[in-house]
Amino acid sequence: MNAIWSEKLKRNGFGWGLVLPSLLFLGMFTYYPMLKSVWLSLYEKNLATPEPLFVGFGNYAGLLKDHVFMKVFNNNIVFALGTVPASIVLAFVMALFADKALKGRALVRIAFFYPNMIPMIAVANIWLFLYTPHFGLFARFASWISEQPVNLLGTPDTVMGALIVMTIWKEAGYFMIFYLAGMQQISKDLYEAAAVNGVGAMAAIRRITIPLTMPTTLFVAVIAITNSFKLVDHLWIMTKGGPNNASNLLLYYIYDTTFNYYDQGMAAAMTVVMIALLLIVSSMQFFGWDRKIHYE
Amino acid sequence: MHNSLKLSLYGIGFGFAAIWLIPFVWVIRTAFLPKEAAIGSGWTSEWTFNNIVHVWNGAPFGQFMLNTVFVTGGVLVVQLITLTMAAYAFARIRFVGRNLLFMLFLVQIMVPPDALIFSNYQVLNEMGLLDTKVGIMLPYFASAFGVFLLRQSFKQLPYELEEAARVEGASRLRILSTIYVPLSRPIYVSFAIVSVSFHWNDFLWPLIVTNSEENRLLTVGLAMFAKSTESGAQWSDVSAATLIVSAPIMIGFLLFQRQVIGSFMNSGIKG
Repeated sequence: MNAIWSEKLKRNGFGWGLVLPSLLFLGMFTYYPMLKSVWLSLYEKNLATPEPLFVGFGNYAGLLKDHVFMKVFNNNIVFALGTVPASIVLAFVMALFADKALKGRALVRIAFFYPNMIPMIAVANIWLFLYTPHFGLFARFASWISEQPVNLLGTPDTVMGALIVMTIWKEAGYFMIFYLAGMQQISKDLYEAAAVNGVGAMAAIRRITIPLTMPTTLFVAVIAITNSFKLVDHLWIMTKGGPNNASNLLLYYIYDTTFNYYDQGMAAAMTVVMIALLLIVSSMQFFGWDRKIHYE
Repeated sequence: MHNSLKLSLYGIGFGFAAIWLIPFVWVIRTAFLPKEAAIGSGWTSEWTFNNIVHVWNGAPFGQFMLNTVFVTGGVLVVQLITLTMAAYAFARIRFVGRNLLFMLFLVQIMVPPDALIFSNYQVLNEMGLLDTKVGIMLPYFASAFGVFLLRQSFKQLPYELEEAARVEGASRLRILSTIYVPLSRPIYVSFAIVSVSFHWNDFLWPLIVTNSEENRLLTVGLAMFAKSTESGAQWSDVSAATLIVSAPIMIGFLLFQRQVIGSFMNSGIKG
């Protein structure tokens, strides 16, 4: 009896001992900051009020009244709607090409994936240059089409579109490789059987490839949506969120509120909103797993 | 496959590939052309390394690169240790609270440190580690994503291997280092590639944590350099700096593109 207990104790101690280092860092930089944000979001703490003052849900009510926050939130939705579906469709089509044994597919794969290897901040530099009036390649192209000088990043109506195009360029190749992995798992027999039965190539894509890559689509959609909340590096270089907050995004606004307006209570409340959004979007994936979107 | 479909796939594939290459080609062109020629839209035959040399001497990019190598490498080494230990525990040891703890680990995949910059800055401040390289690295020392990936791999190895070694009298740590780790090498490589490219490219966190040049990373150095040169005539310099910062990872990618793409493929978490 004693031996069993001692074995049990040893096993538990060993198990916990092994996870302890990870748990320690997760505790310090994931759980504690999350809880701390929730706590601080209930207090007023800014330059005028250096000592935290309990305000209940005051900060959250303040967010609803803050027209910049509402605009930023709206921008984030526009940014997600602009980048996610387009990158996914493009990624699917490129994977289709790269999956078939066509000539030049290695080159196409490299061309499509390389933006992923460049730091976002370098991407921002490159595209800032491309969009610079008079000098930039894309700015000149846009001027040529509209027959007037354009400042894509300096105009509230075009800045979001310009950043969406850049983000699609950066991300589509990343999503392509997940489709590539998904497509390689589909048995070639299915396509052969379809061909024998007179099903056309387009129909085969519609009735075999698309349904069988549904789990990939769900997975990619979750990454793409969460990325649309996390990607803000480029704003620092390209627009600082402007003009007039037309390109501002949630995480960048949190950064601004913390380090330029020094309003910690509001920054905490926005961080909580951000955490909630990320948890909701990621849990879509678990929900999807339960509903068996994959085809087994 | 029908010829018409094949043809249109070719058109789309190469068409997009060409468009995708334009930004990079343009940067290379601007970085290696003399300043006067770069502003125009044409090509000339005079290539030059002057811009690269000028930029390299104009800001301490050498120091930034060393810092980046140190931070990226340091994060990876610690991650490999913490995640190997945790992955083995989750895969092979039955201890009280294991499933609950595993769920708790998954929270970091959903809410990664990049989303918590505001609160993590405060934690670092409380610890007095602002403007240190360790401060940049600390939040990333544990990787739930890596634990998840490696646990899958450990679980797929036949348990008989471990039992046989146990009969021979090997300790669990020895089993871990002589059986599990070597047999999971592809997963380690995948994780390392994903981790290195992430930390090499990270910007916002190193930006807010550091403010001295001696602790600055490449991405932050690049951003500061680009901000300090506003006029159009400086684009050759900014392009050169952009190339310098992106080059190490890009060269690695081009040399090992199959492995790199494969690693990112493996990193997709699937049920």
